[in-house]
Amino acid sequence: MSNRRDFLKSAATGAVLLGSQSQLGLAAIVDKHADASKPKVVIARDAALHGTDGQLDEKRVADLLDRAIATYTSHDKPVDSWKHIVPVGKVIGLKVNGLGGKGISTHLALILAVCERLQQAGVKPGEIIVWDRNERDIQACGLTINTDPSRIRVFGSDVSGYEDAQDSFGSAKIKLSKILTRECAMVINLPILKDHSMAGVTFSMKNMYGVVDRPSDLHGTGCNPAIADLNCIPAIREKVRFTIGDAIASVYQGGPGFHPEHLWHPNALIVGEDRVAVDHTAWQIIERKRAEVGLPTLEAANRPPRYITTAADATHQLGTNDPQRFRLAEV
Amino acid sequence: MKLHMNHWMKVAAMIAIIASIAVTGCKKKIVDPFPASGAIADWQKTSETRVFAAKDLWQYIDGDAEQYISAGVVTTSTSDYKYQGKLEAVVDVYTMNDASGAGKILETGQTKDAMTVQLGDAGVAYSQSVIFRKGASLVRIIAYESTPNAQQALLALAHGVEAKL
Repeated sequence: MSNRRDFLKSAATGAVLLGSQSQLGLAAIVDKHADASKPKVVIARDAALHGTDGQLDEKRVADLLDRAIATYTSHDKPVDSWKHIVPVGKVIGLKVNGLGGKGISTHLALILAVCERLQQAGVKPGEIIVWDRNERDIQACGLTINTDPSRIRVFGSDVSGYEDAQDSFGSAKIKLSKILTRECAMVINLPILKDHSMAGVTFSMKNMYGVVDRPSDLHGTGCNPAIADLNCIPAIREKVRFTIGDAIASVYQGGPGFHPEHLWHPNALIVGEDRVAVDHTAWQIIERKRAEVGLPTLEAANRPPRYITTAADATHQLGTNDPQRFRLAEV
Repeated sequence: MKLHMNHWMKVAAMIAIIASIAVTGCKKKIVDPFPASGAIADWQKTSETRVFAAKDLWQYIDGDAEQYISAGVVTTSTSDYKYQGKLEAVVDVYTMNDASGAGKILETGQTKDAMTVQLGDAGVAYSQSVIFRKGASLVRIIAYESTPNAQQALLALAHGVEAKL
């Protein structure tokens, strides 16, 4: 797997970098002198993802995923891209997020598109596990439970249980889901972008609260340093390698629950290996939307996502939150 | 002797009746605020009611729990509904320590497009949600889709909940 990881870090040379095409206005934070050794974050966007009737176009979601992955890997053919992302013959987990209920959970169309591409890349159905905390969260994503190993498995940590032994790093003293520790060789993180009443923003790193037994213990002081600490637990740091973030819909205020009065459609996917850079990028998108509707910054609202800075510090070294140190491509 | 016994039996009976009245009177009224299927036109209750104590509220709403705990939530009840077999919605009833806690939550996060509605002690409606308070109860009703008749349907359901509080 290390070769594949290396590939992901180095294969992005030919990607389309931000420029006049930028639709989210983030071009200003891009390093114009792109350096292939820098981690990369891709924002792929399709303004027509939701039709005039407000319904999500599933075909366009699949196309958007292909565009995001192709840009990330510099391969035109989706299958070629995926072959370089996932190992063959290993179990791949897709950690979704259904906590917010049906209105603001990882979209089914995205989950199905990822499952389809994985299979096209040679991953057998029985080697794919779609998972979250429990049956309720999974159902919120539009999925039904399946533990038949001949098909794509879909179940929660309420079925697998948690390890008896505690893992710890800093403030995070937790028991991990056995789906992460015993089933998956690699996990693709599929969070959904949301405002968060305590952490400020929830996306890639915060989604790991859904892999532990008592996430409620990790919410003090704006979830900082708990989110960064949690992501340093070896099984999380090493297995959760890639984020395909769902920003198809989002809440810019009132999260992490579903508040339709604060719902909006960025119609985007945010993709990357560097979870800190991904979260930093997601944070900027939330801030821009809040400014657009006249809400104060998260700093002014007394809930800036400080955990992102913490995750990048010398103690954690989970990635970079410095826009000069990662490449942002928007397509 | 017989008269003496009767006297004491009467006294004991009176004490038992008074005690019974006192105990009954002290009990909080147990309320089921969730309208049954069909009680409100075109609305079906599609799930069992789930109840969360304050300490377990994170299991339901994760980080959102903190603001409710700070406002004095005691229990949270929730149930799913469906309108005309299509529009899915959820009804959450937060029972707070007192009315001020319910008021605090209601005032938090209101936006410019909030429409004041006559529900309980105070309430607002949006195109896809209705929020109101009545006494120490805070009720949030949310539809998962935006449809032309969603708000009217939600308001009808909200009045049904209000009547049961």
